[in-house]
Amino acid sequence: MPGVSHRVCLSIGRRFLPALMLAAALLSGGGIARADDAVSLSITIKDHLFDPAELHAPAGQTIAIHVKNLNTIVSEFESSDLHFEKIVPVGAEAVVYVRPQQPGRYNFYDDFHHETQGFLVVP
Amino acid sequence: MLAALLIVFREVFEAGLIVGIVMAVTAGVARRGYWIAGGVTAGVLGACVVALFTGGLSELFGGSGQEVFNAGILGFAVLMLTWHNVWMSRHGRELVAELRAAGEAVAAGSKSLLALAIVVAIAVLREGSEVVLFLYGVAAAQGGASWAMVGGGFIGLILGSSVCLLTYFGLITIPARYLFGVTSALIALLAAGMAAQAIAFLEQANIVTALDETVWNTSWILSDSSFLGRALHTLVGYVDQPTAMQVVVYAATLGAIVVLMKLFAAPAARSPRTA
Repeated sequence: MPGVSHRVCLSIGRRFLPALMLAAALLSGGGIARADDAVSLSITIKDHLFDPAELHAPAGQTIAIHVKNLNTIVSEFESSDLHFEKIVPVGAEAVVYVRPQQPGRYNFYDDFHHETQGFLVVP
Repeated sequence: MLAALLIVFREVFEAGLIVGIVMAVTAGVARRGYWIAGGVTAGVLGACVVALFTGGLSELFGGSGQEVFNAGILGFAVLMLTWHNVWMSRHGRELVAELRAAGEAVAAGSKSLLALAIVVAIAVLREGSEVVLFLYGVAAAQGGASWAMVGGGFIGLILGSSVCLLTYFGLITIPARYLFGVTSALIALLAAGMAAQAIAFLEQANIVTALDETVWNTSWILSDSSFLGRALHTLVGYVDQPTAMQVVVYAATLGAIVVLMKLFAAPAARSPRTA
């Protein structure tokens, strides 16, 4: 019994390896690149307020939002509109990349402190 | 108190759905309680370690360390779930048949239990690290743990854990001959959803940029920040505005699992090597 399952494991391993390598090749061929042409925006969180409370950026472009946490407590920078979530420790600066494709007013917030609300406005 | 309750509840709820499914998948397997409890314990310890090193982790990979880490452990969970499903498609039936009689069937089953224990550990680690960070942050800000925070967290933990039990007891009411099919499908969907979520993290880090157009927007029907949306997100990977890459990876993962299960499914006559 152990012999059989050992053989099965090996054969499964052999099956998986090419699939994994293919997946890795597809992913790297598919675009592992950190675009430097991203629009860079900066925002801080202090006393549970975003500063500025409203960011502006063009549509259809990659936007790098740099967020610095000047609170005395950890934040989770998050947006359900823009689909990102990221822990920002006290005093740390973090970056998230977003690609809004439609004009609109996208809400983001500190998921640990919901009084901290801000918007990304895409005209 | 309310904030602690809500955040603890939300995270325990999401991990609890996965733990509940794993409990149902392993229903009747001897010593599965140890494996699952071990997975939860490892997850809680891992959550504390991750929380402790979040600052350093964030700075890796050009400020995208959290995303790469999350994508990595999600990818690993996808492999474990796939392996479990493929293994079960070969051995599931004989395992169920022999369970009550033979001790060695259970010993063989422990390999698959390890894969599922790892999935439990990863789910608990991911959700738990947010809880640890939040509660630690609150405690640090107010100069120590307060009764309100501990009470809120505790109630959240109880409520969240009850979701885990509801999932389990709901699933095991399914008649035994359908249970295998249902849980296999749930595991496959769970894996596909996790793969798509790993891609979402890599997109957030700007590491995966291909096929980034939004395919559909169903946020007006079911927002994935709503309660039901979150539950479906955890269970089957529902996203209200997925990118094309997320959809492709979701479909590819699901397809790969189905194909692998069929390849390795064991009709009595075939030997493992020709599968």
